[in-house]
Amino acid sequence: MTAFSTEIKIAGVTFKNPVMNASGTFGNGREYAELLDLSKLGAIVTKGVSLTPWEGNPTPRVAETPSGMLNAIGLQNPGIDKFIDRELPFLEEVRSSGTRVIVNVCGHSVDEYVSVIERLSDKPVDMLEINVSCPNVKEGAIAFGQDPDMLRDVTKACKSAAKQPVIMKLTPNVTDIKALAKAAEDGGADAISLINTITGMKIDVEKKRFLLANRTGGLSGPAIHPVAVRMVYEAAHAVDIPVIGMGGVISGNDALEMILAGASAVAVGTATFHDPDAMIRIIGEIGEYMEKHAVTDINELVGAVS
Amino acid sequence: MSKNVSVAKIIKQSELAEGIYDMVLDTPLSAEAAPGQFVALYCSDSSRLLPRPISICSADAAAGTLRLVYRVVGAGTGEFSKLSAGDSVRVLGVLGNGYPIDEARDKKVLLVGGGLGVPPLLFLAKKLSEAAGSDAAPAAVTAVMGYRNLGLRFLSEDFSAVTNAIDTSDDGSFGFHGTVVDAIKAKDLNFDIAYSCGPLPMLRALASLCADKNIKCYVSLEERMACGVGVCLGCVAKTTGVDAHSLVKNTRICTEGPVFDSRDIEW
Repeated sequence: MTAFSTEIKIAGVTFKNPVMNASGTFGNGREYAELLDLSKLGAIVTKGVSLTPWEGNPTPRVAETPSGMLNAIGLQNPGIDKFIDRELPFLEEVRSSGTRVIVNVCGHSVDEYVSVIERLSDKPVDMLEINVSCPNVKEGAIAFGQDPDMLRDVTKACKSAAKQPVIMKLTPNVTDIKALAKAAEDGGADAISLINTITGMKIDVEKKRFLLANRTGGLSGPAIHPVAVRMVYEAAHAVDIPVIGMGGVISGNDALEMILAGASAVAVGTATFHDPDAMIRIIGEIGEYMEKHAVTDINELVGAVS
Repeated sequence: MSKNVSVAKIIKQSELAEGIYDMVLDTPLSAEAAPGQFVALYCSDSSRLLPRPISICSADAAAGTLRLVYRVVGAGTGEFSKLSAGDSVRVLGVLGNGYPIDEARDKKVLLVGGGLGVPPLLFLAKKLSEAAGSDAAPAAVTAVMGYRNLGLRFLSEDFSAVTNAIDTSDDGSFGFHGTVVDAIKAKDLNFDIAYSCGPLPMLRALASLCADKNIKCYVSLEERMACGVGVCLGCVAKTTGVDAHSLVKNTRICTEGPVFDSRDIEW
């Protein structure tokens, strides 16, 4: 058995391994605490937190699709005050095991993003991930992530308010991901993460009705993985800041594809719904691959596709 | 109470009525399961990612078995219906809160089920029947179970074995001709707590009847679910008050429910 290191570094923050959950698929970690060992994860990324409580969309909010699912939750969450009160103490405990804590921030306006970021300035949080890519809320969110100029400005505003490194989470619902990745970098982002879900629609032909009350929803799961790998590759080659890859990762190989395409770390989302132990399994499978291929440092694999 | 994913062997499976299946699993979850709770089964076809929530029809802790009665509604449940003795299935559970059974003590209890809302009430009826003679015993139990027609009648005999049961059918092909709420009114049933599960219009009508009589009514709700454990917020119900989780008026059916006091639901 060869010794190998899965440690990675993003914006000065060290992660014990490159695997974390995708925001919105893991609550705030607490909900899965009895199903897996949270201290084995590289990081926990929280459910999106806004300034005030958000009630989300009407139901039905979810629908299964082949090798995937659509969701239109609409970022229901209790707001930053309750988050700090109720969720952060638990996350602080997990953090003491070396698992990093990344808070996902959402807002309807630049001011809202900034207010949430400011509330977190003195909190035990390693990084902030700014959601400028949710397809399911009407104001803000995705609008900030689809226009390079707006994205640059919101990134700048977040960066100047933030005490922690900032990850901008990008949407795939754009023509040229490279332009958006560059805009985030130009705005001062410490890292980018992608892809958020791909906007989709499903219709019940018997009832002639939309399956989701919101009509459209975000597609996730293995169905989107090749799209995600392509976009991670394009974005990673467009910028010099680290990339966190996500979209349909369900196996170690899927994660390694992201890493070879240029991702420094990988987030696992919908796979956890199929297998609560998915992230732990993926960490193990990455290790097996490294042993098999005599890779001593996972960083050697980042962007190593040719 | 803990949640986990385990692999359970199927002991037997049969079709009770058209498209309605009765599956018995060998699983230690049987020791933890309470009436009104549910499990979620994973498909073996990995293109179907999400676990299917299915209510628990009964649990025998001594035998280590869990009984699930479900309807085939799509490809996922279709896959489950083809499993037979010796096959295994991945199970997430036990999930949800269950019926507050202790509130039945000394009360005249009415169990109201409709269609696929019938199975979880059988579990409750059994528990109430087992309580007979103890301090926790209800004063009386009556079950009113509604079906579409004779062809879709199931579990009737199981109910008759443990409680005073009234069947209704929408088409009059057996039992009382009409809905369960019609039957409760027509027979002027006297009760002081109701536990129910069934289609939304049935629950709404029952909740309204109970509100008029100022009787406590528990309803078990369903909604399309994804995670089953309270993280995705896919399966929420509108509530009259602010919910504890998100401080809005959308409570999680999988976690705070599926059983709610009908007065807490925005109908």
